[in-house]
Amino acid sequence: MSNLLDLIVAGLATGAIYALVAVGFTLLWQTSQTINFAQGEFVMLPAFLMLAVLHLGAPFWLAVLVGILLSALLLGLAFKMLLVDPMLRHGVLPLAIATMALAIGIKEAVKQFFSAEASPFPSIVPVGDVTILGRAISLQSLGVLAVAILAVVGLTALLNRTSLGHQMQAAAQNPTVARIIGVPVERMILLTFLINAVLVALASLLITPIYLAKFSSGEVLGQAAFIAAIVGGFNQVRGAIAGGLLIGVVDNLAAAYVSTQYRAAVPMVLLILMILFRPQGLLGRAEERTV
Amino acid sequence: MSKHSRLLLAALAVVVIAGLIIIPMNFNRYGLYILSQWAVMTIAAMGLNLTLGYAGQVSLAQGAFVGIGAYGAAILTTHGWPLIAALGLVIVICFIVGWLLGYPALRVQHHYLAFVTLAFSTLMFLVFRNESWLTNGIYGISNIPRPEIFGFPTRRPLPFYYLCLGSLGLVTLAMWWLIRSPWGRAFMALRENPIRAQSLGIDTRRYTLMAFAIGSVLGGIAGVLYAPLTQYVDPVPFNLQLSLDLLMMVIVGGSGFMLGPFLGAMIAVLLPEWLRFAEGYYLMLYAAAVILLLIYSPSGILGILDRYLSERRTKAASALRAAAQSKLEAAQ
Repeated sequence: MSNLLDLIVAGLATGAIYALVAVGFTLLWQTSQTINFAQGEFVMLPAFLMLAVLHLGAPFWLAVLVGILLSALLLGLAFKMLLVDPMLRHGVLPLAIATMALAIGIKEAVKQFFSAEASPFPSIVPVGDVTILGRAISLQSLGVLAVAILAVVGLTALLNRTSLGHQMQAAAQNPTVARIIGVPVERMILLTFLINAVLVALASLLITPIYLAKFSSGEVLGQAAFIAAIVGGFNQVRGAIAGGLLIGVVDNLAAAYVSTQYRAAVPMVLLILMILFRPQGLLGRAEERTV
Repeated sequence: MSKHSRLLLAALAVVVIAGLIIIPMNFNRYGLYILSQWAVMTIAAMGLNLTLGYAGQVSLAQGAFVGIGAYGAAILTTHGWPLIAALGLVIVICFIVGWLLGYPALRVQHHYLAFVTLAFSTLMFLVFRNESWLTNGIYGISNIPRPEIFGFPTRRPLPFYYLCLGSLGLVTLAMWWLIRSPWGRAFMALRENPIRAQSLGIDTRRYTLMAFAIGSVLGGIAGVLYAPLTQYVDPVPFNLQLSLDLLMMVIVGGSGFMLGPFLGAMIAVLLPEWLRFAEGYYLMLYAAAVILLLIYSPSGILGILDRYLSERRTKAASALRAAAQSKLEAAQ
């Protein structure tokens, strides 16, 4: 029984990170119909940017700050200006393929300029256990969970409570009408790209101490985020969060109770069933089918 | 198309085919291997081009069918079956599995369909890796024999390359015929507007499933050639990346164009080899090239050509119109 609780806590911690990545993924889809196949690589890269700054002799906090800034610049601004903007009007598929190529490019660049080996990464949460209600729970899991929840709550507050958030939602739901009532749609779309970049940087900061910094680590993460986004509901931020947590827990439980060999199959089966029987996702609204 | 340009096209085709037969005769083993791989990947991409480019159904599972074909051929031929028997069995299996995979396409479309097929790809990869009794797991199957075709052994690289090239030729002819048949027109109607197609009496349900099944069969055929080409099959080449690469080939070449997969596979298989001089940077250059190409022409390489031709046609038509106009005015 205690084992089960440990598994769930650890699963929630990884799931919270998946949720961060999945939220960014759905934001991009909502505002600009971008299916970002490089989202996993987007999570992998900031850790290496931070490591690069650390190697220059900067203190950890500065490295994190510079890493997040660089990430916003490269994965937010440059990604939107150089790749998404010129391709957006040509439909979903060519852009999706371009992001696949981008994923290859980022992976190879990291392998070439940094290292093909896994590098250790300092943790923002002290390593150790804390005793809650008589049982030991890893401090790292709790810290990850806390930071991720803070980020998600902050983002939801931004989207739902502020005028800026309302403008962003309007730009996502109906750009034409939003433009008519004076929402600066272009700026709002840019903002979602920046938010996505910061979210992936945060996810990178949280997950890399656990799984090490490696050029190929984005593949698994990107897939988990896709699945989380779909299972939760592609058009809802709340859904992506629920999907992320669910996939994290299911993945961890499957590893313990199904088989380590077919662990990766369980979220996939969940995904297929979800798409076939409830395509709008756990919390999503049904999308009208376009003819 | 005028008679003149049709003749030109036929001449060009003859030159290219002759080149593909004659030039590789003094290639080394590695060059022939890469060219054979190009032929095999072109077959698989043609299958996906049918599903995606003509019938408009997104699939991220083509790599899994190449895997099914490769494992089918590897398992059967190492047990003493002839390759042609393995081919028959693989075609049947891929047709059935592809047909079944088409069912989600009746319910969901676009990105959802992409993710269902993505999940299928990942599941198949797990089966290849974990079902050791059948696939020998991560150790793979080695010593796959190359076949004898009408008594000619294809053990050496050059005859095997001709086998791949010949298969590519046969598949191309079959595809050419299929696209021009009523079926091909039905597929395109499905892509352009499924509801209109249905109102014209096309059984969209059956054609959707058929597009998946036939596309998957071509993936399987490519796999059957892949196994004796590499003579060793393990799960790694058939992970999700292969499906993504095949999708990239179709889009980069020009989806919905008969010759798109040929060019797309050329970019995906040959371009990295040509970029080898850049050593560690070659895949980066490759990725940059693909991105730049898609930014320049989202409809792929053949999209550029298509745009150029249609521009020229419009210009020619408006020139004719202007001439007719002035003639008309002079007559008045």
